[in-house]
This record gives sequence, structure tokens and C-alpha cells, in this order.
Amino acid sequence: MALDYMYTITKKKSLANSIYLMDVKAPRVAKNCYPGQFVIIKMDEKGERIPLTICDYDREEGTVTIVFQAIGSSTQLMAQYEEGEAFRDFTGPLGHRSELIDMPREELKKKNILFVAGGVGAAPVYPQVKWMKENGYDVDCIIGARNKELIILEDEMKAVAKNVYITTDDGTYGFHGNVNDCIKDLVNHQGKKYDLVIAIGPMIMMKFVCILTKELGIKTIVSMNPVMVDGTGMCGACRLTIGNEVKFACVDGPEFDGHLVNFDEAMKRLQMYKTAEGKKALRQKEGDTHHHKGCECHEE
Amino acid sequence: MDVLKKVPIKEQDPQVRAHNFDEVCLGYELEEAMEEASRCIQCKNPKCVSGCPVSIDIPGFIKEVENNNIEAAFKIISDYSALPAVCGRVCPQETQCEQVCIRGIKGDPVSIGKLERFVADWARNHNIKPEPPKEKNGKKVAVIGSGPAGLTCAGELAKLGYDVTIFEALHEPGGVLLYGIPEFRLPKEEVVKAEINNVISLGVKIETNVIIGRSTTIDELMEDEGFEAVFIGSGAGLPKFMGIPGENANGVFSANEYLTRNNLMKAYDTSYDTPIITGKRVAVVGGGNVAMDAARTALRLGADVTVVYRRSEAELPARVEEVHHAKEEGIKFKLLTNPTEILVNEDGWVSGMRCVEMELGEPDESGRRRPVVKKDSEFVMELDTVIMSLGTSPNPLISSTTEGLEINKWKCIIADEETGLTTREGVFAGGDAVTGAATVILAMGAGKAAAKGIHEYLTSK
Ligand SMILES: Cc1cc2nc3c(=O)[nH]c(=O)nc-3n(C[C@H](O)[C@H](O)[C@H](O)COP(=O)(O)OP(=O)(O)OC[C@H]3O[C@@H](n4cnc5c(N)ncnc54)[C@H](O)[C@@H]3O)c2cc1C
Ligand SMILES: Cc1cc2nc3c(=O)[nH]c(=O)nc-3n(C[C@H](O)[C@H](O)[C@H](O)COP(=O)(O)OP(=O)(O)OC[C@H]3O[C@@H](n4cnc5c(N)ncnc54)[C@H](O)[C@@H]3O)c2cc1C
Ligand code: SF4
Ligand code: SF4
Ligand code: FES
Repeated sequence: MALDYMYTITKKKSLANSIYLMDVKAPRVAKNCYPGQFVIIKMDEKGERIPLTICDYDREEGTVTIVFQAIGSSTQLMAQYEEGEAFRDFTGPLGHRSELIDMPREELKKKNILFVAGGVGAAPVYPQVKWMKENGYDVDCIIGARNKELIILEDEMKAVAKNVYITTDDGTYGFHGNVNDCIKDLVNHQGKKYDLVIAIGPMIMMKFVCILTKELGIKTIVSMNPVMVDGTGMCGACRLTIGNEVKFACVDGPEFDGHLVNFDEAMKRLQMYKTAEGKKALRQKEGDTHHHKGCECHEE
Repeated sequence: MDVLKKVPIKEQDPQVRAHNFDEVCLGYELEEAMEEASRCIQCKNPKCVSGCPVSIDIPGFIKEVENNNIEAAFKIISDYSALPAVCGRVCPQETQCEQVCIRGIKGDPVSIGKLERFVADWARNHNIKPEPPKEKNGKKVAVIGSGPAGLTCAGELAKLGYDVTIFEALHEPGGVLLYGIPEFRLPKEEVVKAEINNVISLGVKIETNVIIGRSTTIDELMEDEGFEAVFIGSGAGLPKFMGIPGENANGVFSANEYLTRNNLMKAYDTSYDTPIITGKRVAVVGGGNVAMDAARTALRLGADVTVVYRRSEAELPARVEEVHHAKEEGIKFKLLTNPTEILVNEDGWVSGMRCVEMELGEPDESGRRRPVVKKDSEFVMELDTVIMSLGTSPNPLISSTTEGLEINKWKCIIADEETGLTTREGVFAGGDAVTGAATVILAMGAGKAAAKGIHEYLTSK
């Protein structure tokens, strides 16, 4: 790897099977970022531009924390990076900061807020909950995952949220059921009242949370993760239908009113490069092209 | 030699180039350039110069080419332009310097652009660089965006001794020169990088991955980082879509996305990670340079390509040379046709495009005849990919985060044409961010004017 890359990984931690946390040195980003925003990482000369939500930041140290799930060829490659190594590019912060930060304090005080984190979505939820705590607001938080192994950031979340509810699809830990079952339980059986839900996780989860909260009449904010290229508004790859309007997630979002999002369209769009990328991964396995680890030949 | 005819220029054979990304036009050899240069009659009152937005001393440099003093020719051009190898390739010369050339009255105009390109290529191949300034004045100026406007403004200021830093949002400098205009018209490593390196060798610093309005703001640059003036050259902005049903289907792209994936992210080279959907049957909607570039890119990726444009051939906004090249390569044109709906299969992918035929009616505000729908002319094109190339609208990122920076009703930044000064003290702007999508040389002209404006502002301050 070229030594002059400047975005050094100062910490790496495995949070769960195939979910990693990294602190990356990026002083400009750390100085001006807020919860709700994201960065774009390009690992090396030939890498993709990969969008990841900002999960924490240390303005003094000049570091930004990312948490990612190794699901495809790029994120799997990223998982191979170790402390002390560096990324070629780390751009941000991108997108708007969380709406909560700009809400009038009086209004925010009156609100009962429930955060809903699905899987790796706990990572982007965490800085928002932390911000709320630091500014003196108590909130509830659900962390849901398929099984116990995939629950991340539980202790961190407990330190900043008033109540943390864990739920697993297979019942191996906490409440038995998906996040919607858990929301229903809280509202219908435990007498909880919420005026605002912030749901972040896989699109399919956000879709179903929104269907439920619409029935329950609770305003819901979601954080959308469509395919992106530049992240600055130039390409239109990230477009979504919100209400009757087309919006660009990178400049208009990534957070939107969940009751207005056309999730079915967004989920189809997310599949767009899956096949192309799959074919490519195959080619790489077969040895047509490959790069990084073990092959330094592409780096000048 | 027939003095009325220009020395022909070699091009890659259309059949061959339709399958590669190498440059189409191969440029002049020295003898050919000298011969073409001898066609210039060295007018006392050269019309050509007034046709050039940066007023290059055209007869001056052509004279040097004729006498085989190419280095001297390069010095002359360098006094006026920081990107001659770029402009020689992509300037719409036929409507600028060459349109008014005296030679053009009775025959072909002098091939000014091709000669400019020759000189710049020669200088690069002989490792001749513009000279850095002797003295620095220690004053810091920030430039936002590294497209032609920003690069030119930065280069001009560096020559005057300023300490200039360019802030670029993407991971590589160059703006549209890098992510928009394809390799086969403008080689990236060889030409764009080399000319950017020339700007760097004047002492300009470039910081990539910095988004002004997010990573930092103009106020912070001026208050915390000690920049005494700022130039905004942030380009044309967000791609437009038509607003017809089906436009968010899989397989519908903006030309910007398609070109960015291919040019900036090098999707055509399988050793890069970024994927691209090549498509088998592609329609490109629009008729400008951007549409031609998208169409010719899709063709090279192996698609059968049709350009769909709602007016007639005469109104195609693209350069004649580009339309000609596109046709030679086998791109089809469906003119006087307008899409009304994109048809989508159950998996969410494009399956076709419903269109109507148009006919030209009365002229509209722009003076072009307005296309109107022909009755009962609806038909369907079978397709798997649609590339929308309908222009852009300004990105509000900078204007919304900079107090006192005003925009006009088209949301473009308001700036004085002569000095580039905006409504905010110490902040200047130029290029596509001010005019809306225009040309490389106009952006350069604006960058140059603003450099002068900034110099005057900082010396009188
Ligand atoms: C604003 C934003 C914030 C995000 N935050 C996080 C985060 O904090 N943690 C995390 O693990 N993931 C996050 N993602 C998703 C992450 O970017 C994708 O998982 C990643 O790009 C997948 O790349 P891949 O090559 O490993 O996967 P592949 O499946 O091989 O990717 C194939 C292609 O699809 C695109 N793609 C695939 N999945 C997604 C996706 N979910 N979102 C966007 N593009 C996708 C990729 O760009 C690539 O072109 C975020 C996405 C966005 C847009
Ligand atoms: C496909 C295509 C083909 C073209 N063909 C031709 C041609 O043949 N001939 C011709 O003369 N013209 C052509 N043009 C038009 C020409 O390229 C543009 O007019 C010209 O590049 C404008 O220059 P600019 O410096 O104003 O902006 P740009 O070249 O757009 O550069 C702006 C730069 O600013 C950066 N930026 C934006 N916002 C920020 C921010 N907030 N912070 C930091 N950086 C930021 C962008 O990333 C970009 O790099 C073409 C355009 C396209 C898209
Ligand atoms: S910069 Fe463009 S307009 Fe000026 S002389 Fe060169 S080709 Fe002609
Ligand atoms: S107008 Fe034509 S002939 Fe006259 S100086 Fe210019 S290039 Fe030469
Ligand atoms: S990612 Fe390109 S416009 Fe949003």
C-alpha cells in the first residue's frame, strides 16, 4: 500500500461476526461533522467510493468512527485493513445533520422519542442518542438483530439512552421478535407513548417500521442508503421518490420523513449493481483481476 | 498545396475506434503544423483574437509555428491560457476563433485549435513547463473547485505571486475535464493531468476531498485559515430529469452518472472496482455535447445506441464535429422525438420508452422553433437503458452556507462579468456556477477575469 495515504486507521475493532468499527484520522471531517451525516471512503487508487455513516467523532483527536458490515467485495476488502494502514480518500461530512440538532430546544424537550436500530443501523443511531444525552434529553432505543451475535453497541447505547430494549428475531437474546413486534409491545402493553420515531437499518426494516408507525400515528424519520457515486449532488444515482418529488439522498438527505418515502422503488434501485458486482467478484476470484493485499503491482 | 483548404488531420478509423477508448483525433505532425501555420496571413487587425474568450495572440503563436520555433509559440500561448492542450481539443473553435478567421471567408479557416493543440502537445513531450513566479507576495487566496475556471484563476494568481490553495470535493482534480469529457476526446493521464501538473508547478496547492459548505465554509476559510479572498468555480451542479413516469427505474441514468462511472471511476477498465450497466439497447435523451459523449461512451461499451432529441438536426446544440464523429461511429439519431414514459418490467428494470413525434412550430424566446407534438404519433422503442442528458441546475451547497452570497432566479451565483466579484466582499466567482453549463474556454475566461479582479481588490485593500 502506498505510504503517503493520509487517512490512517487509528483503531480497529470487531463488533460482531463481519461487523467492524474503525477510527480514522480525518481532521477536516472531524472538525465539522454532526450525527446524521456520512462520509465517502475510497480505499485505494482503483477502489469504489463507499458511503458510510459517521458513528462518532473526536474533534480533539481529529478522528471519525465508522462501523461497517462486510457484505460485498468492497466492504470485505475494507475489513482486511488493519490499524496503522491508511485509506487513500476520506471525504465528508456529507448530507444534512440530524433534524433533532436544529429543532428548537423547547420543542425537543416536550418530545418522547424512540430510536429504532436494525442490525448495523445501531452504529448510525448511536451518535444521535449520544448527542441527545449530552444535551440533556432522555430517549428510548430498540436494538434489533437476527440473533444475539449480531447485536452491537449494547453497552455504549445503555450508557447514553434512558431505556434500551434488545430484540432478536430468533429469541436468542432479549425480546423475541423483530423490531416491529417490540414497538407494538412497548406501545400496546407497556403504556409507552412516543411522538417521534427515528428508524435506521436495512431498507426493508425501515419500510415495515414506517407502515406500523403510520398506523400508530407517530411521525418517523429514516436514514436512506441508496447507491451513490459522488455524494455531492452531481450524478443523480442516489435519487429517491419522496412524496411526489424526486430527491437526491446525498444533498437533500440522507434523512427523510419515512411516511413519504417510496421504499419499494428504493429497494429495487438498491439491487441495481448486485448482479454486475457479483459477476465481478467471480472474475476476481478466478484471477482475471485482483488488487490490494498480496499484490502491490497496481500501486505506483 | 491548396491554400483554401486546411491541412487534413489524421483520425482513428471509425470502425476501429468504436471499440476502444483511445483518442479519436491524432493531431498534426510538425511538418503538417508548419504547413497549416503558413496559411495564416498574419492579419494586422486579427479578427480571430477577438473570437477567443481569453484573447490568445493567435497570429503571434502561429508565426512561431511556421518558423519552427515551437517553444516560443508555447510561451506566447502560456501567457494567455493555462490549458492549451485541453482547449485545442474541446473548444468549439468553429463558433469562436475560427468562425471569424479571414481565411474562412473564401475557404477553410486556419485550424487554430489544432495548431494550439500541436504546440501544447509538443511542449509536453519536450518537458517544457510554464515558469513559476520569481517572488511570492505571501497573500493567501482560496479557490473552490478544480475545473477549468478554478485552475485558470489559481494559475493566474500564482503567476502574480499569490499563495493559492484549490479545494476540490472529489478525490481527483479536473472537474468536468476529468469526470465528464471522455478519454477518447480528452486523454486524462496524458493531457489533463499534465496540464494540472503545470498549474501545480506554478506553486498552486490542491487539497482534494474537501467540500466547501460541508467540510468547511467560506467564512471559516477567511476567518480561521487566513485566506484574504475566495474564488468559487464549483461548476454546473445537479443533473435534471424529465419528470416522466418510470424515470427512477433501474437502467435510467443521468449522463453525469454514466460518464462519471466511466471516466472518473474508470468502470470500463475491469481492474477498477466501480461497476457500470452497459446495456444492449441504449437511448440517450438530449442533443448537446454531453449527450454525444454519453452516446459514444455507451457505444464503446458495446451497446446499440440511439440519440433521441426533440428538435431537428439543425438545432442540435452539440458541436458539428461531435455529431459527425458520432454518426461515423454508427450512432443512430431519432430526431423530432420526445419521450413521454419509460416502460418498466416487474423487476424494476427499463423495458422500453414511449415517445411521440414532434414537428417544429413558431420560434420561442431562444429564437429556435418550438417543437410541438404531432397528433397520433405515439410509438414505443424497445430498450434496456436510458441515459438522460438534459442539462443541470445549480448546486445550493455553497450559496446556502455563505451569508451574503446572492443567487439569481436560475439559482446561479451573481457575479460581475469583468471582475468576478459577487455580492459578498472578498468572494469572487466564475464559470458554470455563474453562467450555467457553458464551455471550457468561457470558464477559463471567467477564471482569468476573476484573478485580475482579486489582484486589484487585494492590492487596493
Ligand atoms: C448514506 C449511506 C450511509 C451508509 N452507512 C453505512 C454504515 O454506516 N455501515 C454500513 O455497513 N453500510 C452503510 N451503508 C451501505 C454501504 O455503503 C454498502 O454496504 C456498501 O457500499 C456495499 O459495498 P460492497 O461493494 O461491499 O457491496 P456489494 O453488494 O458488492 O455492492 C454492489 C454495489 O452496490 C452498491 N451498494 C450495495 N449495497 C448498498 C447499500 N446498502 N447502500 C448503498 N449502496 C450499496 C455499492 O456501491 C456497489 O456499487 C451506507 C450507505 C449510504 C448510501
Ligand atoms: C460531458 C461533458 C462534455 C462537455 N464537452 C465540452 C466541450 O467539448 N467543449 C467545451 O468547451 N465544453 C464542454 N463541456 C462544458 C465544460 O466542461 C464546462 O463548461 C466547464 O468544465 C465548466 O468549468 P468550471 O470550472 O466552471 O466547472 P467544472 O468543470 O464543473 O468544475 C467544478 C469543480 O468544482 C468542484 N466542486 C463543486 N462543488 C464544490 C464544493 N462545494 N466544494 C469543493 N469543490 C466543489 C467539482 O467537484 C468540480 O471538480 C462539457 C461538459 C460535459 C459535462
Ligand atoms: S482557446 Fe479556444 S477560442 Fe481561444 S484560440 Fe484556442 S481554440 Fe480558439
Ligand atoms: S484571422 Fe485567420 S488569417 Fe488572420 S491572423 Fe487570425 S488566424 Fe491568421
Ligand atoms: S450520489 Fe451522486 S448525486 Fe447523490
